[in-house]
Order: sequence, then C-alpha cells, then structure tokens
Amino acid sequence: MKYIDEFQNPELARRLLDDIHATVTRPWALMEVCGGQTHSIIRHGIDQLLPEQVELIHGPGCPVCVTPLEVIDKALEIASRPEVIFCSFGDMLRVPGTGRDLFQVRGEGGDVRVVYSPLDALKIARQNPDREVVFFGIGFETTAPPNAMTVHQARSQGIRNFSMLVSHVRVPPAIEAIMASPDCRVQGFLAAGHVCSVMGTREYPELAERFRVPIVVTGFEPLDILEGVRRTVRQLERGEHTVDNAYARAVRPEGNPAARAMLEDVFEVTDRAWRGIGVIPASGWRLSAKYRDHDAEHRFSVDGIRTVEPAECRSGEVLQGLLKPHECEAFGTLCTPRTPLGATMVSSEGACAAYYLYRRLELPTTVAAVAGREVTPVV
Amino acid sequence: MCLAVPGRVLDIEERDGTRMANVDFGGVVKEVCLEYLPDLQVGEYAIVHVGFALQRLDEESALKTLELFAELGMLQEEFGDAWEMAAAEKAGVADGDGVEEVHQP
Repeated sequence: MKYIDEFQNPELARRLLDDIHATVTRPWALMEVCGGQTHSIIRHGIDQLLPEQVELIHGPGCPVCVTPLEVIDKALEIASRPEVIFCSFGDMLRVPGTGRDLFQVRGEGGDVRVVYSPLDALKIARQNPDREVVFFGIGFETTAPPNAMTVHQARSQGIRNFSMLVSHVRVPPAIEAIMASPDCRVQGFLAAGHVCSVMGTREYPELAERFRVPIVVTGFEPLDILEGVRRTVRQLERGEHTVDNAYARAVRPEGNPAARAMLEDVFEVTDRAWRGIGVIPASGWRLSAKYRDHDAEHRFSVDGIRTVEPAECRSGEVLQGLLKPHECEAFGTLCTPRTPLGATMVSSEGACAAYYLYRRLELPTTVAAVAGREVTPVV
Repeated sequence: MCLAVPGRVLDIEERDGTRMANVDFGGVVKEVCLEYLPDLQVGEYAIVHVGFALQRLDEESALKTLELFAELGMLQEEFGDAWEMAAAEKAGVADGDGVEEVHQP
C-alpha cells in the first residue's frame, strides 16, 4: 500500500483527491488506456486512494501485450534464418510465441540484436550489406512515426537489405471496439498522453459524441492521473461527454503534424488482430504499396503463417477491462514473469506484470481464494 | 518501449542528411533524430521516443517525469541491457522479491 505522502506534491494530491471525493455521488468506471499509466496507478496505489465509487479499469494500451501471437511466430521464423540480422526493442525478447521466444532463438544461433531506435537497425543494415536486416516494427501511434521515418530513409537512401515486420496498432478503433462491446462497463476514458502528443486530439470528439463518453487526455505522473480522474468524474457527474486535455504541457490539439504526415505517406490503415482480443476493424497500419519492397512479410514469405491463440491465457479479458489480473486463476501460480502464459505478464507495461510487481504481496488471500488453492505468501 | 522519456538536447548536427542531436536522459546520453521537431534547440527539453523527439516539454515537467520514470524502473527498461534483464527473468531472479531490484537498481 502506498501513501499520499509519497507523492511529489502531497498537498496538491490531497486537494485533488478531496475534490474527487466531494464530486462523486454514484459509481463510475473509468478506463486508463496506457500501460504506463496502469503501472503508475498500481505503483502509487492511486486506485486505493480514490473513492470506492470510482473504479479504474485497465485498458489495452501496451503494444507488446497486444501484438498477436501470429506476428510473434512470424518474427521467430524470420529471426531463425541464417542470412538475417533480426533487430527488436528489448521488451519483445521474452514475449512467448508458439513454444519459444526471441531469447531462445538467439540461444539457438539466431542473430537477434536489441536496438534502442529503429534508426540503429538501419545503421546495422548499412554496415552489413551482405546480410538481410529486419526490424520488428510494433507499437501504437507513438512508435509508428519513428518506424515510418526509418522505412522512408531506407527507401530514399537505397538501402535494399533493410525491411520491417510491421504490426502497428491505433488507439481510437480500440476505444470504439471496447465501447461497442455488450459487456462494456467503461463510462469515461483517460486517453494516453504520449499517443496524443503525436496524433493530437482530433480523432476523439466523434467517439465522445457517439458513445456519450468523456475522453480526457492524461499524463503519467500520479498528479496527472488524479487530475485526469477529477476532470472525467466531473464531466460524468454533470452529464457531459467532451474531449478535454489534462496534459496540455505535452499535447497540442494538432499533435505533431510532421509525424502525422510521415505516417500517412508510409503506412495505410488496415484491419489488425490484437492478441487475446481478435480482429478490430481499421485498428492497424501496414506499409503502403510504395514501400512494399521493405515489407518483411513479403520478402520472407511469412504472410501465410496462421496461428490459433490458446485459450489458457485470459489476457484478452484483462486487456479489455473485463477481468483484473489477480482474478485470473493462473495469476502468480501457473503464470509468473518466469513462466508467462501471455504478454501481459512479460511486458514492462503489462497490467499483469504491474499487479505482480506491486500488488502481489498484498493479495495472497485473494489470489488463493480465486485460484481455489493454497498460495504461500512470499513474505 | 511505449513510454516516451523527456531529455535535454546537448548538441545538434547534421548526419547523413538528417538533423540529429545528443540528448541527455538523466545521465544516459543517446542519439536522437530531430526530423519531427526541426526547430528544437540546444538546452531545450523534448519528449523522446525510440530515438525520435516528438514534442517539446518545459524543464520542470521534464525533470519531474524523469524522476517518476526512474522510480518506476522505466529508465532501466529503456536504457539498460535488455539481454541481461531477459536472462534474469528467465533464471527466475524476477520471480521472487528480487524483481524490484531488477527493475529498480
């Protein structure tokens, strides 16, 4: 349990909390979209400081978690080829594909390299003209523009041995899918701050109006999240449903126009499967026809790989806010960071990982009750 | 990986026809592409994601956010040795109380 005096500005946090307590008259369920926000909430115990009527539901905003098993399998297949140098961000190394992960592929002799930036992968391609360099391009609207620029540079500089395995996802269609579900309990959204730094806020008013749901752009610091909750609850209590920006220091309404223009040039919108959730229409990007030469799926003929996701992992329900991580039977028993069933336990931004890291020690009895078996408390 | 981290521009130069900068993230310095924020100047702060500056940020906010991300272990995730972290998780170091140390050295 965390206490308010650990906040950077406890007095301001107390004022925000007092205001939320004074405003709330009935139950509300809010979804924070971003995995970084989930970690901040659980780490600082924000959900426990809020009035009981305000429930925070964790959303699908972890790119590693939502990358489909099928795409991971394609990555593993490509990374296993002797001519390939496979470049990835570090947090993809232990995401389980069917039977193995990139970490194991490297152990089996695959040339898998971790890069900080997609431009690092392009540099590797320049330095290794006799090898095929493939970059694993996943992520939301924050990651897509850097990857778009990298493909653009590869094309304009004539670097032919560089390609990208692309599996980008977009937030607004995910919000739409969540709201359209008959099981949906979400009444307000804390929109992901850094996604909006790139995309701005212009995609949200239509969603807010159609589903009559407040959408408040929110940052990551504890005070940012409290402010996002405060503004969302205030709207709900007044019966309003507008788009509001509680992270104005990093988000302009127009986002980053140069980044958006590059996205439109390099990518085109496509239907995309989300791990554990299924296909969401128009929820992803793929390389546009102009850049097809740099599309790893075609270059390595892996576009035929089809994988059925196992039912044992319930991360899809966690990602849609239908289940809290510790309510899963496998949480902390069958499924741990060492033996993850799904990506939500592996990823540094995954909701299951957040609960495992920060909340597990507080929940041994709950977990035991849910799992129907004895769990030995760790401390 | 999804998180963007604030950093301060140390110097700027043209490399391979691209405007690049060295950016300081609370002690870790990385090469960053400025093509999406072409008018960013030395000394300014920006939100940087996977080697690209995406939006300006004032100094106070930047420093607060850096402190939070350090506390959450996110800087270690972003800039630490990913193979070492993966190996530690695999070996089970992350399966006990040690997980806090892995993520928050």
